[in-house]
Amino acid sequence: MSTPTVVSPGRDNSRPKPVVTGVVDCDIHPSAASPAELWQFLPERWRTYVAKFGTRLPNQPTINIVPYPRMSPGNGMRMDSWPPNGGFPASDLDFMREQLLDACGIEFGIFQPLSGASMSTNLELGAALSIAMNEWQLEKWARQDSRLKAGICIPQEDPEASVAIIERFAGNRDFVHIAVPTRTMEPFGRKRYRPIFAAAERWNLPICMHPPATGYHCNTPTGWASYYLEEHVSLAHPPQTVATSMIMEGIFERFPRLKIVLVEGGFAWVPPLAWRLDNQWRKMRDEVPHVKRPPSEYLREHFWFTTQPVEEAERPSDLLDTIRWIGANRLMFSTDYPHWDFDDPSRAFKVELSAEDHRAIFRENAVALFRLNEKLDEK
Amino acid sequence: MSRHVVAKVGEIGSGQRKIIDVGGRRVGVFHSNGEYFALLDRCPHQGASLCSGMLMSLVDSSEPGDYRISRKSEMLRCPWHGWEFDIRTGQSWCEPSKIRVKTYPVSVEPGADLVKGPYVATTYPVSIEDDYVLVEI
Repeated sequence: MSTPTVVSPGRDNSRPKPVVTGVVDCDIHPSAASPAELWQFLPERWRTYVAKFGTRLPNQPTINIVPYPRMSPGNGMRMDSWPPNGGFPASDLDFMREQLLDACGIEFGIFQPLSGASMSTNLELGAALSIAMNEWQLEKWARQDSRLKAGICIPQEDPEASVAIIERFAGNRDFVHIAVPTRTMEPFGRKRYRPIFAAAERWNLPICMHPPATGYHCNTPTGWASYYLEEHVSLAHPPQTVATSMIMEGIFERFPRLKIVLVEGGFAWVPPLAWRLDNQWRKMRDEVPHVKRPPSEYLREHFWFTTQPVEEAERPSDLLDTIRWIGANRLMFSTDYPHWDFDDPSRAFKVELSAEDHRAIFRENAVALFRLNEKLDEK
Repeated sequence: MSRHVVAKVGEIGSGQRKIIDVGGRRVGVFHSNGEYFALLDRCPHQGASLCSGMLMSLVDSSEPGDYRISRKSEMLRCPWHGWEFDIRTGQSWCEPSKIRVKTYPVSVEPGADLVKGPYVATTYPVSIEDDYVLVEI
């Protein structure tokens, strides 16, 4: 018997060693230790601008870069994710390695960078912020740890600038996707976004769509929700608009190799949406003759879904039925680190997946989609 | 089962906790107005260090527009997903019959009794002048 030892609260020392290895985590949110860390990648014009006018985000025009706290204690973050050396959660590479990459057996971590870049109402600033975010992801993270993969931030409401930014960064294989929020100015299948789809297809890069912390539109389809709980559940609504719009606008007939990842939007809604779309298509197909096949086929072929927060069905077998319908080849594990609603790879699924499905969801689907086995081919 | 001395009375202030390795487990010992409670430091949901979470009061409501605060500092909230657990029972507030964190019996004993032994399984330094908190694991 030894003398009991006291540990300081705030660190998770109790979790058993995870049984999974070689995991690909498709949703990590890197953070700057301070706004200045990011602003140093801005040209002087925009550094001065953000100091004086802010980042011009809708709904949250002046306060830093993200509207937190949302869920406290922890300021919207896992309470134990605040780095011991100070700074914001997920702003310290060493601590991210210790707490996430090493502790959870993560071989590749895909960044879903959240910033004002895609949401600034000042489109020129949005473009400058996008470039700064991209340079910052390279310098601070991807070049320091080859497990970490960046996403190309673009100001999607300015497709011309977006294409120029994609062309600038897409040749660097540290970037494995193009990052776009789910609450875009117009439904994402609309004509104005086509140049972005063409560039994504040209570079064989999937577009990852993550819910924004702010946005051009309300957080529910009929207005601002009273409660954060409502808002959180509503993360599942915009992805359904994205999928419906892109299918109905014939985007995948025009861009047959385009791949869309719907991040953190849930996935249990996918089968009933597909049934509803197919049902109406049979009746009104002549309104959209360019939609040549049942909508569910486009949904199955062109969309991937990340898992966090994994749906926790009352009857666990219902979750397996849902996964079977979507296809285990279309789901990709994600943690959402360092956010409070983090999923741990060893415990997130409350049902037993087959070994084959487990490998697909936790690793192989993402390795194939993001081409993570290809050698770095810097432009 | 054996009993372990984990703290001196007075060491853990009311509303405070101490997280310790004891009997091969990591356990949180909580003090609330003279009463002590011990819980396994692992959230049954996804395994976070539950006992490092915030101690909150219970808020409930009989109807929209009404709310009541009670059980001051007796609801332990997981530092990851915010699940609430009753430190008296280990029960989850939302699913008390299905989801609970393991609890352990806690007692307070005068040092004079403890030094007589032989049933206390620890080398925690004990003096006869003080009272001690024991967890049975």
